[in-house]
Amino acid sequence: MESNIILQLFGDNIWSYLIIVAIPLVFVIIYALVAILGELKVASWVQDRLGPMRTGWKGVIQPIAEVVKLLQKEDITPKNVNKPLFNTAPFVMFVGSFAAFAVIPFSSKFIPADLNVGLFYVFAVSSFAVIGILMGGWSSNNKYSMLGGIRSAAQMISYEIPMALSILAIAALSQSLNMNTIIELQNGGFWNWNIFGGSGPWYKLLFLPFTLILFLIYFIGSLAETNRTPFDIPEGESEIVAGYHTEYSGMKFAMFFFAEYANMFVVSALVTIMFFGGWQSPFGDFLNDPIMQIVWFLLKSMFFVFVQIWLRWTLPRVRVDQLMYITWKVMLPFAFIAFLGIATWAMLKP
Amino acid sequence: MNTLELVFYLFAFIVVLSAMGVVFSRKLMYSAFSLLFTFFGVAGLYAVLNADFLAVVQIMIYVGGILVLIIFGVMLTSKVTGVDIVSGGTGKTLYIGSTVVSAAMLFFLTYLYNTVNWHLPEVTKYSETSLDAIGNLLLTKYVLTFLVAAILLLIAFIGAALIARKGN
Repeated sequence: MESNIILQLFGDNIWSYLIIVAIPLVFVIIYALVAILGELKVASWVQDRLGPMRTGWKGVIQPIAEVVKLLQKEDITPKNVNKPLFNTAPFVMFVGSFAAFAVIPFSSKFIPADLNVGLFYVFAVSSFAVIGILMGGWSSNNKYSMLGGIRSAAQMISYEIPMALSILAIAALSQSLNMNTIIELQNGGFWNWNIFGGSGPWYKLLFLPFTLILFLIYFIGSLAETNRTPFDIPEGESEIVAGYHTEYSGMKFAMFFFAEYANMFVVSALVTIMFFGGWQSPFGDFLNDPIMQIVWFLLKSMFFVFVQIWLRWTLPRVRVDQLMYITWKVMLPFAFIAFLGIATWAMLKP
Repeated sequence: MNTLELVFYLFAFIVVLSAMGVVFSRKLMYSAFSLLFTFFGVAGLYAVLNADFLAVVQIMIYVGGILVLIIFGVMLTSKVTGVDIVSGGTGKTLYIGSTVVSAAMLFFLTYLYNTVNWHLPEVTKYSETSLDAIGNLLLTKYVLTFLVAAILLLIAFIGAALIARKGN
């Protein structure tokens, strides 16, 4: 496996595999702290206030305080919950979002598992989250949790379909489901990213509407997939308290929380990989060595995480019927048309 | 025992344990959630056997589709009828009868497995992945099957939409 620097450095033994597994885990924890701070600060920026200012310089260690608070909170298990399922749900949820990190290439030299079906794999493991949410919602023995769980499952299953179509279009364009192959095909500057139709002569711009539609569909779908506003009806505070995690507290709530943030990164990373060249530098070979690739990848992905946070504090929540209308009657037909367009381009491409 | 075998036994253990959970638990909801681990374990077994595409499909279809459907069914029906759904206990005659039949079956299958002269085909090692081979076969040799399955699914889809609309 030449695509993995860890195996080259430490040899093909169990310790290097442990390191490979540990790196994304450490990353998720650090990233979650950054994202929490981002959430707080972007929220206050949008609402024209200061946000947390007292914990450290300008409140930068606020997320650590939040996590410490969550960890030392009493772990309450309500009396009438279904204990085994109640306790398993956060783990299933976290496993689902963490499993996706197995195929996310942070750089051309570091991808934990270089699967040939990488893109499809990420899509498949996201279904664990549905099960986790249903498990948590059902076992909490609470009407609101149950409603949140059902809403969430219905939403995630519906939005999977247009998302699958846009993934299919990218697969047709790159003729591969391997993450690294998809990214390598987008080399040579931002002009060759899939959002501009991949590498090809100038008339690829004729297909720009299709790629843009696919990108928008994927991004909107990913918002629904991660239960972010405007699709956060599974946890709509004004209707159903907090949805499927109403009864959770302390460490178990933290697991749900981390899973949500990890999911945000996964979908942003996927947007980056599929449409914005993954770890490729936007300037061709300039600053395109394996170390800088990590920086580019994180910059692009974090930008989309930022967009998600930004949208959360800008847009109102949609209603349930509107939610279903958007996916089945708007996004799905557009996804089909865009897929046909991209398939045509993939066929015509020299 | 090398690492691969260890992983195989780990997944096999998960599959057997959770399958027993599916069969023996009295609450239908536990059975449904136990099935999650069974499907996951089977996907792991596929992955160990180098069938990466099949493993992912297993998770996609069974965990993402069928299991969610089962859980939805159980969840909605148990709330509608107001009774906790539990699988009924079996009588003693049934219990003994099924044990005898299963034991006989097990014996018979083991006997077959050990005595029959199996004709094993040559194992075709695909260069990189099973994905390309599956794609090629689906669109050449099995294209009719593929299309028929697609049309069948489309009919089911339209039928479901039709049934769902009837209420309005």
